[in-house]
Amino acid sequence: MSDLFQDYSEAAERTGAYDEMFAPGQEARKSYGQVAGALRELSLTDVTARADSMARTFLDRGVTFDFAGEERPFPLDIVPRVIPADEWTVLEKGVAQRVRALEAFLNDVYDKMTVVADGVIPRQLVTTSAHFHRQVHGFEPAGGVRVHISGIDVVRDAAGTFRVLEDNVRVPSGVSYVLENRRAMAKGLPEAFGQQLIRPVEEYPRRLLSALRKTAPSGVDDPTVVVLTPGVFNSAYFEHTLLAGLMGVELVEGRDLICRGNRVYMRTTAGEQRVDVIYKRIDDDFLDPLQFRADSMLGCPGLVNAARAGGVTIANAVGNGVADDKLVYSYVPDLIRYYLNEEPVIANVDTFRLEEKEAREHVLDRLDELVVKPVDGSGGKGLVIGPDASKDELEALRKRVIADPRGWIAQPVLQLSTVPTLSGDKFGPRHVDLRPFAVNDGDDVWVLPGGLTRVALKEGSLIVNSSQGGGSKDTWVLSDSPQVPVELLPRPSITVRERVSVWPVESNWRDRQTEQQQ
Amino acid sequence: MLSRIAESLFWIGRYVERADGTARILDVHLERLNHLPTEERDNVARELLAVMGARPEGDEFGLEELLHALAYDKQSATSIAGSLGAARENARRARETVSSGLWESLNTTYYGLNQHRKDVVGTYRYCHWVLERTAMVSGLADTTVSHDDSWLFLALGRSLERADMTARMLSTRDVLSAGMSWVNMLRCAGAYESFLRTRRAAFGDQHAAEFLLLDRLFPRSIVYALRDADECLAKLDPSAQRVGFINDARRIVGQARTFLEFHRTDDLMSELPEHMERVQKAVSQASDAISRKYFNQADELAWVGEVS
Repeated sequence: MSDLFQDYSEAAERTGAYDEMFAPGQEARKSYGQVAGALRELSLTDVTARADSMARTFLDRGVTFDFAGEERPFPLDIVPRVIPADEWTVLEKGVAQRVRALEAFLNDVYDKMTVVADGVIPRQLVTTSAHFHRQVHGFEPAGGVRVHISGIDVVRDAAGTFRVLEDNVRVPSGVSYVLENRRAMAKGLPEAFGQQLIRPVEEYPRRLLSALRKTAPSGVDDPTVVVLTPGVFNSAYFEHTLLAGLMGVELVEGRDLICRGNRVYMRTTAGEQRVDVIYKRIDDDFLDPLQFRADSMLGCPGLVNAARAGGVTIANAVGNGVADDKLVYSYVPDLIRYYLNEEPVIANVDTFRLEEKEAREHVLDRLDELVVKPVDGSGGKGLVIGPDASKDELEALRKRVIADPRGWIAQPVLQLSTVPTLSGDKFGPRHVDLRPFAVNDGDDVWVLPGGLTRVALKEGSLIVNSSQGGGSKDTWVLSDSPQVPVELLPRPSITVRERVSVWPVESNWRDRQTEQQQ
Repeated sequence: MLSRIAESLFWIGRYVERADGTARILDVHLERLNHLPTEERDNVARELLAVMGARPEGDEFGLEELLHALAYDKQSATSIAGSLGAARENARRARETVSSGLWESLNTTYYGLNQHRKDVVGTYRYCHWVLERTAMVSGLADTTVSHDDSWLFLALGRSLERADMTARMLSTRDVLSAGMSWVNMLRCAGAYESFLRTRRAAFGDQHAAEFLLLDRLFPRSIVYALRDADECLAKLDPSAQRVGFINDARRIVGQARTFLEFHRTDDLMSELPEHMERVQKAVSQASDAISRKYFNQADELAWVGEVS
């Protein structure tokens, strides 16, 4: 191993976390063999030059996220995160299971609420969730699916066990970086790709389009799909353009749409054109000023009624946020048992429900040891890590928890697993999480092999969010056998006439050799 | 295609061409300006700015201010930097429609804007760099975007802007007291060599003006650019093939073009500024007509939220 890894093992052991690349005191794990080999050949100058070139490519290509009004390239580290085939099989199964359970749960809470009647989850808990929308109660969504796209965050604890950290079934983002990271890595560290089979990720847009088309309102044979974005100022705007572009569909803003007679149309140069499926990348609250925030200019008045009447499919369905609620999260293992009659494949992180008196008292005594999170937060906002917090912060937190116990959960501080990450002139262990993405077309839940590995670039930091200085890594799922690409969409029924070659190929070739002289 | 996207594409075409035209004009004029005494230089600088459709801010206006106004001012739609920034912003909004090659070349151009010295010498290099970048953007637009409606809107914006820029350039002939030579005028349009090959060296002012106004084969002549625009409009709206209704934009473009084509060159020359003014007006009216027809499909839906 070259100097870049000097002292790495000791640093990794000091964190007390599971290191993805090195087992304590040993050479690289088997799955990292080729990556280690490729990195060993490189000097610091090589690695830095490659990292710079990758960053430059991201900026040129506009692979950026919006941070306080400034476009920034999303930092991509040169060391990939590698997941061996057997570990992936478990993750894939666990993620798909979770999505099926959440789908069943959402169908139930917006309908008969048998889960409440059977005493699995308190009614109060569901109905007090900030994202439980009565507006969509009692209606089956067009196409019959609610969780089309999901991102289930998983982490590995100190013992090396995968655990689910949270579910994102509203507007999970980040998949564009999975696609872009792979492109960049193929150029940045080509040596590591050679001998091993890494499962491809570029299938995602086809899978997504296929699922969106399959869940179109009934009676529509050739549905028109669009991606709905809040616009260029949204932090994930790049992702919206990439997905629309790769699916070959229009990227629309709210002002491009009109609702009439419970149908949705977009304004085109050839007049209004009907839209059948909307992949929305706007929060529910901003989707439809008739139903939610009246002051929102981002959405389109009438969308929710159109969806309720079955005139348009909205993916993900309105109201999914109730399943994202971190208090509901704590019940997901029970929901899996209840709806699927299966044991959870991936465990939750242990979670204290602060509205339960005993748990609350226990937690309030140990605030300095735990992570406390708001139940409807995202992007790491509002989260307090006990050991890192000051006395005043903890005191303020205590008051807020007592005032609104429903609004908070607490979890032990997890030492998320680490992966070597370039920092200055050497590799240091940095904490990572993983967001696998799943696409549900109603018949099948497909999990994108890999997902977004986010990395906390600051030494010792456990917060991986891009808005808080996080970066990402390409995630490689290794495979034992080559994958056969699948055909997902019916081929368009345009008859293409066979081309008849006019020139014999060979003489054509010879002509090229002499054309300049002639 | 979406009206909003069509509008973005049209403006990408216009802004990129505007940057290209401005860079050519600035490049050639800088040489002349450098040879003038200071007082006269400031006047010429002012007049050049006016021809490009802007007014100087404040009383002090000289070479340095001219460079800022035409080359580097990112806030202004008249300057090269402003045009390229606006083109890039439009491409960002239409990113899933333009090819990635086109988007990336606009994006890297935008990031390259700051890497130039802003003095006179630096500006020469800057202008040449801009010409290369815009040629690349145009080339990528032509070779990597399907020549369907999306490309037609781009090409339409480009050709209208081109007619406008050539008209502006020809207006400088009389406005500038320093008197631009026709050689320089031809160089502004990148037409000098083409002109020499067409007319050989036996030419006078009239021939040069004729070339820039009326040549049917030189792509930056006004008549050529207006014909391009007309062809794009015809393809975008193939419904009016024979008699009957032709849309406003086509009527305006067609009138401007035939007016020039069927006028005696002598007459055009004697009233060149008025005629060039007319071309610029036609371009602006055509642009409005296109925007009415294609970019505002439905009436704006007014929604007044309840005040809570």
